[in-house]
Amino acid sequence: MLILENTAEVIIIGGGIIGCATAYYLAKKSISVIVLEGSECIGNAGSSRNGGGVRQSGRDPRELPMVMWGIKNLWPNLSEELGVDVEYTQKGNLRLGKTQAHLKMLQGLTDSAVKCGLDVKMINGDEVRKINPYLSSEVIGASWCPTDGHANPLTATLAYYKKARELGVQFITGETVIDLKKIKGKIRKVITQDNIYEGEKVLVASGYDSRDITATVGIDIPMQAIKMECLVTEAEPYMFDQMLGTAEADFYGHQTKHGSFVFGGSTGLEGYNKDNGKLVSSSLGASCTCRGIMRYFPALSDAKIVRAWAGYIDECADKIPVISSIEEVPGLYVACGFTGHGFGIAPAAAYNIAEMMSDGTPTVDMTAFRYDRFKAKL
Amino acid sequence: MSKVNNRSRNIGEFISEDEDDMLICRCEEITKGEIRKAVHEGMYTITEIRRYLRCGMGLCQGQTCARLVKGIVAKELGISPGNLEPATSRVPMRPVEMKILGNEQRGC
Repeated sequence: MLILENTAEVIIIGGGIIGCATAYYLAKKSISVIVLEGSECIGNAGSSRNGGGVRQSGRDPRELPMVMWGIKNLWPNLSEELGVDVEYTQKGNLRLGKTQAHLKMLQGLTDSAVKCGLDVKMINGDEVRKINPYLSSEVIGASWCPTDGHANPLTATLAYYKKARELGVQFITGETVIDLKKIKGKIRKVITQDNIYEGEKVLVASGYDSRDITATVGIDIPMQAIKMECLVTEAEPYMFDQMLGTAEADFYGHQTKHGSFVFGGSTGLEGYNKDNGKLVSSSLGASCTCRGIMRYFPALSDAKIVRAWAGYIDECADKIPVISSIEEVPGLYVACGFTGHGFGIAPAAAYNIAEMMSDGTPTVDMTAFRYDRFKAKL
Repeated sequence: MSKVNNRSRNIGEFISEDEDDMLICRCEEITKGEIRKAVHEGMYTITEIRRYLRCGMGLCQGQTCARLVKGIVAKELGISPGNLEPATSRVPMRPVEMKILGNEQRGC
C-alpha cells in the first residue's frame, strides 16, 4: 500500500506555479501525478514573490510565441476554469523611458516584437499621459502594448494547486528532494530525506534548486540565484489599470484589485547582496524602489508602504528558461531558469510541458528552450 | 517532528457552522467560514491562507487576527495551534509613507 501511494505516472519536483499548473494540465489528461514541494508552503518562492506582470512586450523574441499563445488562449478564462479569482486584468503595459538612451532601448525591443507579430508601438510623453495621467513630465516616451496586463500571482498559483488537488493530484510539502536515480537507463526514483517516490516521468521545476537536483544525474543548467525585492502599499483609491515597467528597471508594478500598489525594483547591487542564503529584505531595497516610483508618480509619495519582501530569481545564462526533455536521461524533463519573468508565461509553459510529457508534441515550438543550447564562447 | 505534509490526507468534509459569518480579519473583512473553507480547499498553512484570502495582509498586518486565524486553521486540521508556523513578519513595523521611507538624507 505504501509503495502504491509513492508511485505515480509523473513525479513533479517543485510546487510553484509551473509545478502546480503542469500537474493540473496532466491531471486533465487523466495522468496520475505526485507533486513534491521542498518548503512547507505551495508557491513559496518566485511564484508568490513576483510583481504579477502578464506581459509580452519587453521580452526576448524567443519567448514571444509561447507567451502570446498563453495570453490569447489561457489567461482570459483562467479564473473561471480554476474557480478562483486570479484577478487577470488585460489593460495594457507601458514600458517607460526618461532619456533618449531609454527610448532607443525600448525601440529595439519594440521592433523585434513587431517582427513576431505583437501589437506594440512607441508613443510619446503626451500620449503616455493620455493613457495614464498620473505619470510625471520626466517620462518622454514609452512602448505601449494594449494586450499586456497583470494578475495576482498568489491566487493564480494557489488556484492551480487547488484545482489540481481536486482532480486527484497528490501534493506533499516539506519533501526536499536530494537525489534522482535511473533504473535500466531511464529515470525512475526521486529520493527525499525520508521517502522514495517512483514515476515513469519526472519534471524538475524547482527554480534555482533545479540545478542541484539535475546535477545528481549529471545535467547542469547554467543559472544563478539573484535576490530581488518587492513592496506593497496600503489600499489606495483607484488610479489606473495598466502594468508598468521602465526601460531601466527602476521599478515595475501595478495597482491591484483591492487597491494596493505592488511594485518591484532593483538597487543595482543585486548579485552582490550579503544575504548569507537568508531571504530577507535589505536596508537599501524598499527605499530605493520608493525613490524610483516617486520620480514617475509624484502623487504616490504619501502612499504608505505596509510590507516589503524578497525573492530569488533563477537567472539563466541567456535570460530565457530551460523547458526541455533531457536526452541523456529518458523520462526526465526540466522547466526552470525563468529569469524573473516567469509568472505571465507560466500557464502557457505548463500547458506545453504537459503536452510534451503526455503526447510528445507541444502546441508551441519549444526548441528555443532546449537544455543543451549553452556553449562556451570559444 | 517531520515536516512532511500530505495535502491529500482526509480532514473530513466542510460542514457549515453558525459562526461562519463572523468577521475574523477586520482589515480585509474575511469571515470564519471563508477561512475554514480555504483549509478544505487545500490551504494547510497560515502563509497559504494569507495568500489565498488576504487575511492578515491589511493595515494591521495580522497583528489583531493572527492568533484567531491560527486557532481556526488548527482546529480544522485537527492539530495543535503550536504545530502551525506563523506567517513571516515583514518590514516595515508600521506603515510608512514613500516620501519618508525613500528619504535617506540626515536631518530632513
